[in-house]
Amino acid sequence: MGKRVLFGAVAVLLVIAGGYAAFFIAPTERTMGVLQRIFYFHAATAWAGMDAFFLCFACNLLYVFKRQQKYDSLGVASAEVGLACTTVVLLTGPIWAKPAWGIWWTWDARLTSTFVLWLLYVSYLLLRSLIEEPDRRALLGALFGIFAYIDVPLVFFSIRWWRTQHPAPVIMGGPGSGLDPTMSKVFFFNVLAMHVFALFLIVERYVLEKMKADVEILQREAEAG
Amino acid sequence: MKNLNSVFAAYLVGWGVFFLFYVTVAKRTADLKVEVERLKGVVGKR
Repeated sequence: MGKRVLFGAVAVLLVIAGGYAAFFIAPTERTMGVLQRIFYFHAATAWAGMDAFFLCFACNLLYVFKRQQKYDSLGVASAEVGLACTTVVLLTGPIWAKPAWGIWWTWDARLTSTFVLWLLYVSYLLLRSLIEEPDRRALLGALFGIFAYIDVPLVFFSIRWWRTQHPAPVIMGGPGSGLDPTMSKVFFFNVLAMHVFALFLIVERYVLEKMKADVEILQREAEAG
Repeated sequence: MKNLNSVFAAYLVGWGVFFLFYVTVAKRTADLKVEVERLKGVVGKR
């Protein structure tokens, strides 16, 4: 418990420092002005969400081959945190888009593939909630999770393959892309902070999932006894 | 400063989502702790 509280405190301090850097250290962008400061939170959260989904995918694969409960628990924990991150991305994006584009939403390749990603992981959690038998739930969940992950590379490459409404990539975007050095430092600090924060949430959610498994075992024992 | 409201709104909404998520996880964990203790009591009595 003590280590988890300490980890949580470190994660919160990091995101506060990241917010401070985004508001007070990063220079104001020339064309978008102060609105660009949303990017440090929006893109860092998106990155952390993608990595949470990768962890879910890895755990799903491991569950299929090894059938160990811990992989199922870690898979669902990281899927929920990835979904929370994607929800934040889908909400902060339109708040940026309205003043920047004049519209809240458009069915652009990046926006659409991100929305599909959100729907896929909502379906993953719904599917799990509908199956009562633990082994069946874990296996079907893992198989669906592997399928759902296919959309993650699509989201990543959508702004590289199709040039539509969403801004072009500034990180790993090839020639002509890139950030001012101070902006870059602030951005990568925010990426680190959001990853630590997401990891903290995954640990908390994992503890809950392990407890659920304990309850199921105890319930079976109580019913059998 | 132009659009500062949007910047604050984005941070507020984003952190609001994370806060709600954390609260639901903490609430579910607390409820399950009570359930584990209850079940341990039931199983232990036998």
